[in-house]
Amino acid sequence: MSTTPFRVQIIPKIKKESYLNLYRKGQRADERDFYSPRKISIQTNVLEKANGSSLVKLGNTQVMAGIKIEPGEPFFDTPDQGVLQVHAELVPLASPQFEPGPPDENSIELARVIDRSLRDPKAVDLNSLVIRPGDKVWMIWLDLYILDYDGNLFDASMLAAMAALLTAKMPEYEELETGEIKISKNISNNPIKINKKVVTVTTAKVENYILVDPNLDEEIISDTKSVIAFDEQGNIVGAQKTGMGSLSQEEIDNIINVSSSAAQVYFKLLNDALKSEVKEEKGDK
Amino acid sequence: MARPQRFIDDEGKRLDGRKPDEIRPVKMQVGVLSNADGSALVEYGLTKVLAAVYGPKESQKSISLPDRASLRVRYHMAPFSTEERKNPAPSRREVELSKVLRESLEPIVITDYFPRTSIDIFIEVLQSDGGTRTVGATAASLALADAGIPMKALVAGVAIGKVDNVLIVDLNEVEDMYGDADMPIVAAPDLGQITLYQLNGVLSKEEFHNAIDMAMKVINKLVDIEKETLRNSYKEAGEE
Repeated sequence: MSTTPFRVQIIPKIKKESYLNLYRKGQRADERDFYSPRKISIQTNVLEKANGSSLVKLGNTQVMAGIKIEPGEPFFDTPDQGVLQVHAELVPLASPQFEPGPPDENSIELARVIDRSLRDPKAVDLNSLVIRPGDKVWMIWLDLYILDYDGNLFDASMLAAMAALLTAKMPEYEELETGEIKISKNISNNPIKINKKVVTVTTAKVENYILVDPNLDEEIISDTKSVIAFDEQGNIVGAQKTGMGSLSQEEIDNIINVSSSAAQVYFKLLNDALKSEVKEEKGDK
Repeated sequence: MARPQRFIDDEGKRLDGRKPDEIRPVKMQVGVLSNADGSALVEYGLTKVLAAVYGPKESQKSISLPDRASLRVRYHMAPFSTEERKNPAPSRREVELSKVLRESLEPIVITDYFPRTSIDIFIEVLQSDGGTRTVGATAASLALADAGIPMKALVAGVAIGKVDNVLIVDLNEVEDMYGDADMPIVAAPDLGQITLYQLNGVLSKEEFHNAIDMAMKVINKLVDIEKETLRNSYKEAGEE
């Protein structure tokens, strides 16, 4: 059962009027304009034992992504495809609002929006993950770990997911005579086959202002949020209204335009981070 | 169920004979349950969804809000509603849909009339043939009105899809499963507000815009049917 949130921080609501005064002057409290994301840092290969990993900082929000790849059985209706599973943990150390326990509706929604936005445009080539059709395939477990919460989990999580997927390496394995797949501790140099890159852009609507990449205070005072996923060609590959309020058609049109420009900023940062990753790898050798 | 070769024939008709912008036959009934404060049964084609509303009633302390009523929404599929039996334990999908459906109803219920209370909305999918969450939103809207809960407006829902490069309204299960996009939308036309949208699939920016436009036209009609249904129920009550 989904219940109206009752653990709401009250201070940002009291400050709402002063935030609105800033917006009327075209400013935000952290001196950004309405359409720019916060400072972003993307690190990859931050963990040795995972097949792929990343740590993304979007302002003060921190999300770690870890990828484990294991042999498993394909789904009955897709015998010639590997399996991608996305999960998100709102780890209690990230915020006083996060409680220990099984995934709540917020973490399930986050994981499912990321999952759909990767799955529908076929971002990961699941057909390349077959070991023996109908019998053994690779299962990619993508776990998103929210470590510090200052708003906009969707965009940070998608950047972390993409950075980890793009730098992950398949395990080395051998097929035993029994047919079992034994993976060795070594990780191969083979990447996961990725068809396209995806980013999400979150906007908050505060009265009639649309703010890209809201921080936590901005999320709390917002009427509602939109998450729009884009591929590099500018197609919309996923979307979700999240939060209590509503939007007019004109507002949605505006959100799509604003978000599609912001998506280009995210793609640039993601690509830059991956380029420097390649350089570092070469430098090591 | 196999993937059809094509979804739209040479005459522009869909597999079940509908035009792209045509909704399935719609049935709405209110006051179908005796215990609930409000209830509704809504069908779009073979999709049948029952909704019940209890409240406003005194809230559990832990979730009670000092300035408004809490909404509690559960979207659930009956085990016999699907092709293969569905495990009745709530799935991750049902948890997410309960959340987005609650958020689609929050903007229309005038919650500040009833501080420290809760309004429970139960949405049970009895038979699923695509579009269950949007039919659920329509049923919940009717059940809330039937319970006499003050509302700013009624909402209704419909899903827009894309098959054979054509946008279509009110997907059935085959169109949902094998189509290129599924975009459920819930809106309150009297407020000009969209209270739920999701997109599962790939659309261009233009298609996204057109999909919402298409949905709004259909939702307008659906809300008219809701109003008619509510009016008739009061007429019947007056005659009794």
